[in-house]
Amino acid sequence: MKVRRREFLKLGAATAAAVAEAAVAPPKARGAAPEAEPCQAMLYDATRCIGCRACQTACRQGLGLTPSVDDEGLYEQPADLSSTCPTVISAYRNEDGTEWSFVKHQCMHCLDPGCASACLVNALERTPDGAVVYDVDKCIGCRYCMIACPFEVPTFEYDKAVPAISKCTFCYDRIANGEVPHCVKSCPTGAIRFGDRETLLREARSRIHNEPGRYVDHIYGEHEAGGTAALYLAGVTFDKLGFPAGLSNKPIPDLTKAFLNSVPLVIILWAAFGTGLHRFVQRREAVSSGAAADVEGVEGEP
Amino acid sequence: MNPASISSTLRTRPSPFNLVAGLIVLAGLVVLVIRFTQGLGAVTNLSNPYPWGLWIGFDVLCGVALAAGGYILASTVYLFGIKQYYPLLRPAILTGFLGYAFVVVALLVDLGRPWRLPYPVFYSYGVTSVMFLVAWHVFLYLTVQFIEFSPAVFEWLGWKRVRSWVAKLTIGATIAGLILSTLHQSALGALFLLAPTKLHPLWYSELLPVFFFVSSIIAGLAMVVFESTISHRVFRDQVDSHHLARLDGLMLGLGKAAAITLFAYFWLKWIGVARGQHWELLATPMGLWFLLEMLGFVALPCFLFAWGARTGNVSLVRVTAMLAVIGIIINRLNVSVIAFRWDYAQRYWPHWMELLVTISIVTVGVLTFRWIVRRMPVLRAHPEYPEPG
Repeated sequence: MKVRRREFLKLGAATAAAVAEAAVAPPKARGAAPEAEPCQAMLYDATRCIGCRACQTACRQGLGLTPSVDDEGLYEQPADLSSTCPTVISAYRNEDGTEWSFVKHQCMHCLDPGCASACLVNALERTPDGAVVYDVDKCIGCRYCMIACPFEVPTFEYDKAVPAISKCTFCYDRIANGEVPHCVKSCPTGAIRFGDRETLLREARSRIHNEPGRYVDHIYGEHEAGGTAALYLAGVTFDKLGFPAGLSNKPIPDLTKAFLNSVPLVIILWAAFGTGLHRFVQRREAVSSGAAADVEGVEGEP
Repeated sequence: MNPASISSTLRTRPSPFNLVAGLIVLAGLVVLVIRFTQGLGAVTNLSNPYPWGLWIGFDVLCGVALAAGGYILASTVYLFGIKQYYPLLRPAILTGFLGYAFVVVALLVDLGRPWRLPYPVFYSYGVTSVMFLVAWHVFLYLTVQFIEFSPAVFEWLGWKRVRSWVAKLTIGATIAGLILSTLHQSALGALFLLAPTKLHPLWYSELLPVFFFVSSIIAGLAMVVFESTISHRVFRDQVDSHHLARLDGLMLGLGKAAAITLFAYFWLKWIGVARGQHWELLATPMGLWFLLEMLGFVALPCFLFAWGARTGNVSLVRVTAMLAVIGIIINRLNVSVIAFRWDYAQRYWPHWMELLVTISIVTVGVLTFRWIVRRMPVLRAHPEYPEPG
């Protein structure tokens, strides 16, 4: 009996140790900032963007990414995010051409990022500056971050034997040194601004206030998925610009918190229930076989 | 096996089954060489919108669900003390153990950097991830299942002392198995909790973990019936005659349990729909697909199990078990692949090489099961260790 109990306790303790931390770890453990905490941000104004894609090129040059060329060695601007293109400018136009807009796709750098909460090896983490960064040396390639990201930002190198996840880095090394990201620096029309998130939100609000005809009354990223460091202004509604429909203002990590919190409860209650049930059945058998006096000594297994 | 028996084995002509199985596994190995030299894209249709395909949807999600028989029967026999199910226990635990072992094999194929599989257990702890929970539990539960099955191995090897030592761990292992299974069966559903904008609203629910856990009970019960149906045909020589005599009663009992669980599951699923207020979506094509899953693969097997158990129709219970297993497979594929990004223009459809790898892994699983059953006391009791009760 003693051996069994010890073994069981050991197993239980190992599991509990592994999961209890998950249940009690506060959200700040990952450097996730509540909306109020100051951090760096980027404001992209689609109405000022001329679609020149200088940002796209500057990003690739700055990060030393080689553009992929077609079979004839010709280069074309890619249409989708990929490991060689962390930001993409797309154009939207409605059918009769009366409404159009450019939009810049890149990592939204969520204040409480779903990808980081989904990563089982902490390969994705948020820096205090607000950049969500990826550590290739930890990644096992499970691609759960891609499931978790509502903006479908992380991409995977399906063409490599030793693949990695890739996404916009927010130029975390540059912003740590007080510089702005490559894309921001390269924009010729000032459509992308970089700075303190609160300041940029005030700036965005005043732009909408000053020119209500130019903008839809919505700063995308102010509240979406708990708030993001990439903020957007546009003249058309954001569902037309490739942003996910039906995304709530709840941070993505909150969606799994209740489940993770229930884990220690299940362990404790199931352990008690299983042990109790086993003892009950043992006793019932002992009673029915007339050996009630020696219940403790009854062995339950073969 | 000594050299003489190896050469005599090689001289005998392989049976058609072995020949086909060998060819499948060989072809699968060729695909794996391509996959590990040229990347996942060379053999799969996976893409950035669909990072998970057949290997996660079927090999992992269905594999784990269909391996649930191990914890279901171990709890039935050792915790609830319903000992007459003991003859079904060892094959169920073996199915469970092999199921999990081959889930890990499938993961090694699917992971971008599979050599880092031990990282979440030994190196870097992402404790806020449901996937972290799954990784730990699969690791621990494989250990537990090995302990649960090891008496059969030690009886086969004739290691009496070790056998009596591991037998003492049975109750502890059973309770640990119940806890671990509850948590990671539900965790596989919880994986999708953070994708409310990607999973179709009829399948997305905050109750996903509950759905996955309850349906794993159905999967476990149905798989025990299904597996015993096959085993007792293929390995007739292995089965004790008095087992066969009692088997029909056990099948009916499992059918009754499955009917009750399916009944509960059916209503739980509607609570999910009701909470989200998605009734109007039932009239869409995806809604009809949802209704087909609910009526054809939950309600129908529920009714047939109940009918078969009531009228003592064992064949009906056996056939219904297959229907229920297909239902579980449809459900897991719906959540992970079919209803996931259902609205995307370029839908994922598995590449034939993905399918081939899946079939290869299942084939190796079946061959391993056969190898063990023919040698170890799984379907029959070891003469020196008569069954309890």
